[in-house]
This record gives sequence, C-alpha cells and structure tokens, in this order.
Amino acid sequence: MKEFISGNVAAFKGAIAAGARAMFGYPITPSTEILQSWSEAADKNDHLVFLQTEDETAAGFCLNGAVLQGVKSFTATAGPGTVLMQDGLSMAENLRLPTVTIVMQRGGPSTGTVNYSQQEVLLTCFGGNGEGLRIVYSAGTPQEMYDFTIKAFDSAWRYRFPTILLGDGYIGKQKSQVDLKAPLNPIKSVNLLSGKNIRNCYSSEDEFADYLKQNILAFEKAAPKISEFSVFGKNSAENLIIAHGSTYFTVREAIESIDPQGKHYQIFRPITLRPFPGTDLNRYLKNKKRLWFFESSYGQMQMIAKAEIDFTQFKGKVQTDFRPAKSFLIEDIIETIRG
Amino acid sequence: MDYKTMPDSYKKSSKPHFFCPGCGHAITLKQLGDVVSELGIAKKMVFGIDIGCSLLAWDFFDIDTIQAHHGRSIPVVVGIKKVAPKKIALAYMGDGGAYAIGLQSLIHAAYRNDPIIAIVINNTNYAMTGGQMAPTTFPGEITSTSAFGKRDQGFGNHFLGPETIFSIADKKAYIARVSVSNPRNIKETFKKAISKAESGNFAFVEVLSICPTNWKTNAHNSFEFLKTIEAKFPLKEFSKTREAV
Repeated sequence: MKEFISGNVAAFKGAIAAGARAMFGYPITPSTEILQSWSEAADKNDHLVFLQTEDETAAGFCLNGAVLQGVKSFTATAGPGTVLMQDGLSMAENLRLPTVTIVMQRGGPSTGTVNYSQQEVLLTCFGGNGEGLRIVYSAGTPQEMYDFTIKAFDSAWRYRFPTILLGDGYIGKQKSQVDLKAPLNPIKSVNLLSGKNIRNCYSSEDEFADYLKQNILAFEKAAPKISEFSVFGKNSAENLIIAHGSTYFTVREAIESIDPQGKHYQIFRPITLRPFPGTDLNRYLKNKKRLWFFESSYGQMQMIAKAEIDFTQFKGKVQTDFRPAKSFLIEDIIETIRG
Repeated sequence: MDYKTMPDSYKKSSKPHFFCPGCGHAITLKQLGDVVSELGIAKKMVFGIDIGCSLLAWDFFDIDTIQAHHGRSIPVVVGIKKVAPKKIALAYMGDGGAYAIGLQSLIHAAYRNDPIIAIVINNTNYAMTGGQMAPTTFPGEITSTSAFGKRDQGFGNHFLGPETIFSIADKKAYIARVSVSNPRNIKETFKKAISKAESGNFAFVEVLSICPTNWKTNAHNSFEFLKTIEAKFPLKEFSKTREAV
C-alpha cells in the first residue's frame, strides 16, 4: 500500500508497523509531526500509550522505564532536544536498553536553525559519558524513514542497544509516495526488569570495567551483523565518494547526471553510522586514487570514517566539501568534483 | 544474620545494608518493607530509585528495582506505570533529586496526577557527595558549601516540597510529610499513599530524616537536630487540609 506522506508521518507509520505501543516526547521542530501523529493515533486507540512530557530529559527516562517493562517504545526529537536526550540515552547505553530515538537533525550548535543539518552525527553516535554503544541509522528519504524505523526497532530489540534513526527536517517535511510494506516477522519484546534489581552505579572500578568490557564485546560481536552500507558505481572507478542521509541522494543524482554508470565516481553510502561499515569501506577504497567527503556538517561523519580507513593501504588524496547546517544542490556537488 | 525482624520483602542476601550507621534511609526502608510485606504487593511493585544515597537501596528488596540518574526516578516509574498500569510504581529519592535537579518531573507528575508514589528523604543536604547545601537546607544551617551557615539572600529559604507540590497537584492527590522520629506514622502514611495510588492518584510523601554522618551528630544529637528541622517543616497530611478547606 502506497501513501503520499511526509517523512515524519512515515516514521510514525513505521513505528506502528514495528509494533511500538508507547511514545514519550516533547515537541521540537522539525520532528513534531511524529509526536502529533502518534498522539492522534493514541486518542483513537486505547492500546497505544502517549505522554507529552515536561521536557526531553523526562521523555528519555520515561522511555527507559517503558522498555524495561518489555514494551516497544520510542521518542522523537531534534537539535537541543537531542542534547537533553543524552541523559536518558546514557542510562540506556549502560543497561543496554532497546530504546528507539528518532532524531530529525536541525542546524546547530544551540537552537541554530530549525530545518536541516547533518550535525547530530557525533552526538547520536558518541553522546553521553560512555563509549558509544549505540546503533545509529541514517535515512535520506521519506521511504527510508518508514523502512529504517522498522529496522531500528528490530535492531534495538535483537541486539539490545539503544538505537537512533537520524533524519533531517527536509525529509521530515517532504512528502512523497511511501510504500507501507508491513514487516514480515516483527521481533518480540520481553520484560527486562522482571525479577531483577538493576543498578547503574558501581563502587569498584574493576567490577564496572568488567561489566563494561562485556558490553563492548557484545557490541563488537554484533557490529558486523548490524553495519550496513550501499554502493553505487563501478569498483574500477578512480574516485570514491562517501556521503550519508539526504546528502547521499543529492550526490547520487549529481553523479548519475555526469557519470551514469559510475565509471569514474563510485559512491559509498554508510547506512549505519554506528557501527560504521569500516571493513567494507576499506574494500571499496582499494585502488582508488581519490576519496571525497560531502557533508552538511564540518566533517563529523568523516571523523568516524577516517578512524576506520586503513591509511597504510589507501595512499590517495582526500578531498572534502563540508557545509555545516547547509544542504547541497546537485550543481554544488558537480562544481566541487570538477574543481 | 538474624532474619526474624526483617520484612519478607527484604532481599536477605544484601543485608547488612550499606547505609551509614544511624541513617534515616534504613529506618524508612524498614517501614516500607513492612508495608510491602503486610500488603503482599512485592510482586506487583516496581521500585525506582535515584542516584545519591538512595542508590544504596538498589538491591534492598526482593522487588523489581531500577536505579536511574539524579532526579530521574520519577520519569522512569511514570514510563513504567504508563505501559504497565497494574504495577504499583514507586519512586524513591532524596531532597536534592526531588527539589533541585528533578523538580520539573516531580511537579509535572503531580500536576498530571500520575498514579505513582513518590517518596522523598529530606535530610537537608546532599549526603552522598559529602553534605553540600540543598534547597532544603535552612538559613543558618552549616553544610560543606555553606560553611558559615546558609545565607537566605541569594540561596533561598528552606524549600518546602509538599507545600509546593500541594499548590499544583490534583485535588485527589495524597501529599504528606512525616519524620523518622515516628516510624509507626511513616508506615501508616505509606499505606495510605499506596492505596491512593492504587485508586488512580498521585501520592507523595516527604520523610524528614537524620544524617549523622554529614550532620556530624551522635545518636542523641541526631534526633535533637531532627527536632529543629521538624519545627521548620510542618508534619502533616496535606490532602486532609484540602478537604477541610
């Protein structure tokens, strides 16, 4: 079934399709329609739980409480809201709580702008006072807001790490045909608190380090199963372009217009930013002469990618076009590439 | 250990507990444990606790327990109660968590009449971090961040939690202040609070407590100092007052 809907509404429908039963949130542009759509649905359906909390911090902790009871639950936020969400996310990370947080990026720092950026990458991947044991997807179209919301719930409950879906205001507000395919086997959720005393605070460094080590090992073990990417173009191309989310789709249109087969320009798109598909990236980097980064931030995704790139193998040139809090037009990409 | 005087709801393997000798938390938790055992609600209950001294209650009971951050046990149990309405959801915290960092959540839970129970231990200081000044510290009281006594100018008078919450709470909410000087009253009050929450309303109990470690008081002087505090924080049931008005 196809519907002409916005990315925000698509995210809401994805949450319903994934079996979410509760949403806790605080209005913030450009994510608000997710909250609004859920509240309308909860008004009509007693099975659905909705609470518009006093702030994003409370939303994050209500969410932690709800998932502890084994109920698929989520929140949606943006910008300064994502900052406040780190409080609850940090607890979710420590206890491996399968929360889902939909982040529609807006310009920052601070209240910045209300519509668009790719500046919440490091905050969602590594925010909080921990090691970034989170799963982060980056969507680039309303269709992906639907598909990846379902994916986010699946990964959260399958691997038990807080999961974040990154979108932005442009795809949140943009309407397009979205295919609302129901997931075949939505994952089951279970009560995580039953019969347990759970703490977040340890008194001995050794004890906590052991606990943390287990979580890190679990994350590393799951990483190859979680990490996702897509590739456009030929392996024989001399150039590799890395871009994610909305920017990826602009880059792809630009390349298709000047190099339809991707003979000269291959595009590597990380779908998960955390865990980052680093091994795969290194495979595609083989024999490349030039690596390009396009990002609507001052290189946040690039920082993550560079930490993964094997620079003993890749000796090519790295070129960047970073436009913090600003989107790219197709012409911008072509102009940068052609120098 | 002699288990005879321990309530059934206690987790025996975690005793003796880790609270300081003479701490009011242990007195309060004993009453709570008795109430839970007498009402037979351990299985129905979820216990949310703050960080701070409250943390030490993380494995105190054989009750599903979750420890959150400072001031965040209320939103955690609100989330739990929303998706599991049959549970008895109780948030347990200190006065710093309730009246400073978590006040926004406390106010809104009361304002929404969320059917949870919030218990606040008020010992007029941030005890776990070494006895700093709290909103509840009264003018003139010496703490590690008010070495010459708290100045009301710029630091405020002692914060009256139940009075504040009473002013915005739903009129069906249960609000009370009790003291560890009268454990039996704590027990009766907890029973009323639980019953009020079970009937679908917000219940809030502040317990005036002693902190011998940070007050630097012996047993006798702890209770003497408690008397000073009791004179400043009236012990009463606020819901009754409202009915009378």
